[in-house]
Amino acid sequence: MRLPGLGKNAFQAMLFLAFLLAVPLALPNEYYLSICILGCLSAIIVVGLNLLMGYAGQVSLGHAAFYGLGAYTTAICTTRLGLPIPVGLVAGVVLAAAVAWIVAVPTLKLRGNYLAMATLGFGIIVSIVFNESVDLTGGPSGYVGIPRLALLGHVFETDRGYYNLMAVVLALVVLLALNLMNSRTGRALRALHVSEKAAGSLGIDIAAHKRFVFVLSAALAALAGVFYAHYLSFVAPASFGFSASVQLLVMVVLGGMASVWGSVVGAFFLTALPEFLREFEDIDIVVYGVILVATVMFLPDGLAGGLRRLLGKCRRAKVSHVQPD
Amino acid sequence: MFAGAPQYLVSGLTQGAAYGLIGLGYTMIFNTTGIINFAQGEFVMLGGLLSVCFVGAGLPLAVAVLAACLATAVIGALMERLAIRPLAGAPAVNAVIVTIGVSILLRGGAMLVFGKDTVALPAFSGVRPILAFGAAIQPQSLWVLAVTLALLAALKLFFTVSIQGKAMLACACQQKAASLVGISVTRMALLSFGLSGLIGAVAGAILAPITMTAYDVGMMLGLKGFAACILGGLGNPFGAAAGGLILGVLESFGAGFVASGYKDAFAFVVLLLLLFVKPSGLFGKAGVERV
Repeated sequence: MRLPGLGKNAFQAMLFLAFLLAVPLALPNEYYLSICILGCLSAIIVVGLNLLMGYAGQVSLGHAAFYGLGAYTTAICTTRLGLPIPVGLVAGVVLAAAVAWIVAVPTLKLRGNYLAMATLGFGIIVSIVFNESVDLTGGPSGYVGIPRLALLGHVFETDRGYYNLMAVVLALVVLLALNLMNSRTGRALRALHVSEKAAGSLGIDIAAHKRFVFVLSAALAALAGVFYAHYLSFVAPASFGFSASVQLLVMVVLGGMASVWGSVVGAFFLTALPEFLREFEDIDIVVYGVILVATVMFLPDGLAGGLRRLLGKCRRAKVSHVQPD
Repeated sequence: MFAGAPQYLVSGLTQGAAYGLIGLGYTMIFNTTGIINFAQGEFVMLGGLLSVCFVGAGLPLAVAVLAACLATAVIGALMERLAIRPLAGAPAVNAVIVTIGVSILLRGGAMLVFGKDTVALPAFSGVRPILAFGAAIQPQSLWVLAVTLALLAALKLFFTVSIQGKAMLACACQQKAASLVGISVTRMALLSFGLSGLIGAVAGAILAPITMTAYDVGMMLGLKGFAACILGGLGNPFGAAAGGLILGVLESFGAGFVASGYKDAFAFVVLLLLLFVKPSGLFGKAGVERV
């Protein structure tokens, strides 16, 4: 089943893209499509965050800050500064990556709970700045009037068009993540996750690798932020606060640490879940909490791990059926 | 320009004492189980809201506060038994996610039961401010400081005199060794969650007359408490209390002299700077993992 000239990862990513593009055909109305777009955006961030957390073993409780930096940068560039949208797009990603690079230098020297606290503190400071610098960001009531995305002369007016674009971007991000983890850098990241001392003694530059994956995951979050701003044409600081960072972390763990596909599933699952819980009206938040606790309790290695075990069980059952003792 | 300083100091110490108590709750659980309990802030919220609820039901204030604290302690212990203990052996990050889930659950439950309104508990002994050193001190501020000190003294006694306290310290030191000498580590974990719930609820109840309370106050208070115990050095209970006081005072001066909107950011900036310079915290032992 291997296409000539294409690796296994590229093949998987293409299958995934085909699946994503087929999804709208099965959706009853436009509303579900907008959830799918938000799901794609979350998945882009979560895949990046999983590279940092699941593979390299570094916790971040402040990733929503990069998401917000991307969104606000492009919002300000394309409205107040009157720059074209592609410039805003690049500016958002570059600014977030630059901030991540600066933050990474002192922060990634910390480990465990201290790293969690430092990234959490960074995220809170950024979200307070979004709230308080009213002249620049519009403050708590948000920033309005961001133009709809237009690239190469094509304006993405319909949700369907926007969704198709997001599906392509997500498939590319997944491909990037899969390839990266099979590369020398990916192996180095996994090695330093297990033991920094051992990895260092093998000649891996620990600080440089950690910084690289941190900046990469921040850039992916900012990319999603840019697309988010140009999709909703409105951003508010509440979307980029501590709760949002926690939500992203939960998506990673729920999907399965160190699993790119798990991240995609976790992101879509948790993006869609609140929509289905709307039926419960007031108790939706309680049900959400229960599902979260139960999933982590009964699927300790996430949805990806649970699926893998289920498949393993089926396979064993099949084998024992073929060769009974 | 420094005319307001005594006033800021008093309000900072009051707020800081509460942060310290919250930080103490984190430390208890962290020491016995190695888990950062993100539901700690919700214990604080429960302490305040349950007190208000019991007062509303007609109980005298002192009884209501006591009942609220005990009820929260039971909730903390239940949380350990139902959500944390079944996770034994799972990676630490899973336990953290579960505590986040429990905090969402408690917050949602509180919203359903108590509603979304912000409510206040009556002050413990009047609201006539005492004028001293150029500051108007609310009697409740004195209550907060006194209760915090009393609780710290009681905990010190608990850890040095009682067998349970010593057993908990042993767990913090070396879980395996503690279980070898016959200490039930699971029972200590249960006890630490109960005690944390109690301490958090006390903080919530004594703070409620000053800052008011609502179903959603837990998150920010919890984060400040976490910051307090990192500031004081994670794992050191009295460091956490001191860290809380420092954080409260810094925040209060930052709000007073710089910009009140950036009050919360101020505390975290100082915390980040400290983490970069001395990651083991102000009173932490050396040898914290650092590259």
